[in-house]
Amino acid sequence: MAINYFLLVSRQGKLRLAKWFVTLSSKSKAKIVQEVSQLALNRRPRMCNFLEYKDRQIVYRRYASLLFICEIHEKDNELIALELMHRYVEVLDQYFGNVCEMDLIFNFQKAYAILDELIIGGEIQESSIATVLRTTQASDIWEENDDLKAAIQDAALA
Amino acid sequence: MVYHNLKALIKGIRSCKTVADERALIQQESAAIRASFREEDSFQRHNNIAKLLYIHMLGSPAHFGQIECLKLVASPRFSDKRLGYLGIMLLLDENQEVLTLVTNSLKNDMNHSNMYAVGLALCTFANIASEEMSRDLANEIEKLLGSSNTYIRKKAALCALRVVKKVPDIADHFTAKAKNLLTDRNHGVLLTAITLVTEMCQIDTPILDEFRTAVPLLVRNLKSLVTTGYSPEHDVSGITDPFLQVKILRLLRMLGKGDEQASETMNDILAQVATNTDSSKNVGNSILYETVLTVLEIEADTGLRVMAINILGKFLSNKDKNIRYVALNTLNKVVSMDTNAVQRHRNIILDCLRDGDISIRRRALELSYALINEQNVRILIRELLAFLEVADDEFKLGLTTQICLAAERFAPNKRWHIDTVLRVLKLAGNFVREEILSAFIRLVAHTPELQAYTASKLYLALKADISQESLTLAATWILGEYSEIIVQGGVVDDDQTVMISDKDLIDLVLSILDSPYANYLIRQFVLAAVTKIAARTTTSVPEQDRIAEILAKYTTSPELELQQRAVEFASLFTLGETRIGVLEQMPPPELKATVMGVVSENKPVGSTKGKEADLLGDEVLSTPAVGSAPQPAASAQSNQDLLAEIFGSSTSSPPPAQQQRSTVDDIMGLFGTTSAPGIQTPHPNAIPSSYPSTPASSFPTTAAAARAMSPPQPATATAPPQQRLTAYPAYEKNDLKITLTPQTSAAKPGVVMILARFQVSGGEAATGLSFQAAVPKSQQLQMLPMSNPNINPGAVETQQMRVVAPVGSNVRLRLRIAYSIAGQNFQEQVDFSGFPPGLTGTAS
Repeated sequence: MAINYFLLVSRQGKLRLAKWFVTLSSKSKAKIVQEVSQLALNRRPRMCNFLEYKDRQIVYRRYASLLFICEIHEKDNELIALELMHRYVEVLDQYFGNVCEMDLIFNFQKAYAILDELIIGGEIQESSIATVLRTTQASDIWEENDDLKAAIQDAALA
Repeated sequence: MVYHNLKALIKGIRSCKTVADERALIQQESAAIRASFREEDSFQRHNNIAKLLYIHMLGSPAHFGQIECLKLVASPRFSDKRLGYLGIMLLLDENQEVLTLVTNSLKNDMNHSNMYAVGLALCTFANIASEEMSRDLANEIEKLLGSSNTYIRKKAALCALRVVKKVPDIADHFTAKAKNLLTDRNHGVLLTAITLVTEMCQIDTPILDEFRTAVPLLVRNLKSLVTTGYSPEHDVSGITDPFLQVKILRLLRMLGKGDEQASETMNDILAQVATNTDSSKNVGNSILYETVLTVLEIEADTGLRVMAINILGKFLSNKDKNIRYVALNTLNKVVSMDTNAVQRHRNIILDCLRDGDISIRRRALELSYALINEQNVRILIRELLAFLEVADDEFKLGLTTQICLAAERFAPNKRWHIDTVLRVLKLAGNFVREEILSAFIRLVAHTPELQAYTASKLYLALKADISQESLTLAATWILGEYSEIIVQGGVVDDDQTVMISDKDLIDLVLSILDSPYANYLIRQFVLAAVTKIAARTTTSVPEQDRIAEILAKYTTSPELELQQRAVEFASLFTLGETRIGVLEQMPPPELKATVMGVVSENKPVGSTKGKEADLLGDEVLSTPAVGSAPQPAASAQSNQDLLAEIFGSSTSSPPPAQQQRSTVDDIMGLFGTTSAPGIQTPHPNAIPSSYPSTPASSFPTTAAAARAMSPPQPATATAPPQQRLTAYPAYEKNDLKITLTPQTSAAKPGVVMILARFQVSGGEAATGLSFQAAVPKSQQLQMLPMSNPNINPGAVETQQMRVVAPVGSNVRLRLRIAYSIAGQNFQEQVDFSGFPPGLTGTAS
């Protein structure tokens, strides 16, 4: 299982998240985002979740107004890729509590942070939703503590 | 205005009404961020980077933030680090110089007291490390593989994966640690460890051999996943950690491949997974799918293999399209190993050709090509032909090629082979490779028994449809080559032999010239074909004259190749007996030893032309010296011809050396002294002589050809009058003449192809011609560009139009024509409704 890139695209074709696990120029990245999301957006419901883009295997799945897209290696298991995608959606859902597109727009760093706890270098690193949630939230607390410390410092100075 | 934080900026951008507004706002904000960076405002840095990353996602440049991200990472605050590493992963990659500056920060943070800071550094490393960075930090990573913290261990394993990928020669560095990780109880660590080991085994065979000892361990791990009850942490729809199961199965596949003992060890567990996994949901099928792949690649026992293929068979009939897709995809990989097993599912595979989803159709098509063999070629080709009728255009070229190649390889007999290619030409004549076409012509030339049959079929097919390029080309060539067979033997239509006259045949072939589909190549084929037809004894003198006229018309064609052919063919007409010799039937081209329809150097059409050019060359050279010795290289027969010709043309009296039956007729005909126009009665000997090299036993067996052996019947025009393509004048003023030739196809009622021709009748060229047309609202019009907006005297320019009209309606056009002749500008508008009614078919 190796993912080359992971994209989140809105129904209007706007990019909401892009994680690249292969090294590409920004020009070819933009081209892939444009062409692959068009291909996937043009698919009708009830078609299979796989398509081919320049002999590459694309797995996509639609959740409400968002399209989750990833390119996987030729020999990879397409079905488990779908499960992995769903795993990410489940974590997002639990983290934000009924996640919607707005959550991901205004908190895109969090969306990246959660993905980083689930997939690294294109490979899955954790299969437990609870662990992904726990570590992301723990990092959040550290972040808030920083702000707290800064506030205390500011107060002390004042 | 400058937005004070990310949220405000996002709101600002989202409230933009137009794209231009949005772009202006982003530009302004970018400039502000840049300015702030220059002021080294460390309080604003976090905010600025957050805004910049958002702008970056919208597609705007953000490289100027790279260094600022490095500064954030060096900050002691965790929130700064978190954002800084995110920025580095988004804005940098392994090819950028700046990355070397990150190495130190990564090293520091890998030893940070906060495990989440270590996690950030590891995650960044695993995502973007370069080769150099991998070498620099390999020791750190190795150390962290032994960390007591699972959060760090699992991330370090994927960092090791990055190192192994970037610097394969230090892979053995990690073997010992990786082995330890395989015994880890944490699922996250196991997952990543197995990923690492799989990669290491892939790049290095000694490592692969070393890890074979881990097979029993992996089997135990898999077994406990399959047998343990519900474990909430890793459950997916009732299955325990499918992600880990798939990873283990994949590593087992590598370890079992080519190793009997390892395969033996995993046999039982594979059977257990294959039988016990719930196949009602996607997740279960993902495991079954991985199991099948493993079973098929390792040295599994036969029972297990059968089980695997059966699982794929079940997949094929699954309602879920994803599962069907995966099955087709996998069978494609299996088909070379075990064709018979796949053959059993042939019908389902063929059904998938009709699936509504193009991804599935594509997979099914690839698989069906692989399934064709001697036994099933008839059935499968029939299915593929049925599919060709409805296939997407993007599939057609591949389909026609594959069908014809398979027909060539597995054809049970030649008749079937010819029928198959004929069907391909009819169904998708515009999607046929040149090699396939020439292979077909070669096949016909080598099958004298079926030439009458093939010619008859092509005659009917061409009459029904001239819009299929390759069909037109094949038919033109074959009708030109074997015209006497078809004129003598008639055409077999629905088991009835219908006699056709030479005129019918020539009408049909010439009608191609007026069709809007006629391209440059087709016109060349037609000229060669009619020239050959004119030389046959079955062609009457008036028809020969008509062909001569057509050729004369093309001697001024602005298209070089056409002009050259026309000039050469026309002068061949003055050569009498030579012409007959030159235009005799082609000897069958050499068959290439290779099985497939590879391009042969002896392309039939090409060699015809070469031969003519040679003889004409001789003629031109010898013209001044009347009666000079003929070229010694020429054969005896052509020497006589040449002599006859030379005497004939120089003395304009019957040649003294007349020896052959038809010479008199031909030459008399050419000089117009014969008073026997009309249909010539062919000499009975003419027929056998058209099969020069065939033994008597293999003479025509089909009904039509058998009749050709009997005394010829007078060729009366019993065929229905053929719908000739007629040019209707649309405009004729100021020396400019425009005609329109409509053409319809019975298969597509309501679609009318129209060819507009432009000619000038005076001595002045018309320049800058613009020809516009409009149709009533109920109709649709498409126009292709004109061949040339400047019309020189003697030239004919063309433009194609396509009108789609309701069935039964009349095609009406409003034409606007603008041009200038001799410096005078004209602009006119005319209405045209001169086409006969019923062009769009009859309303039913």
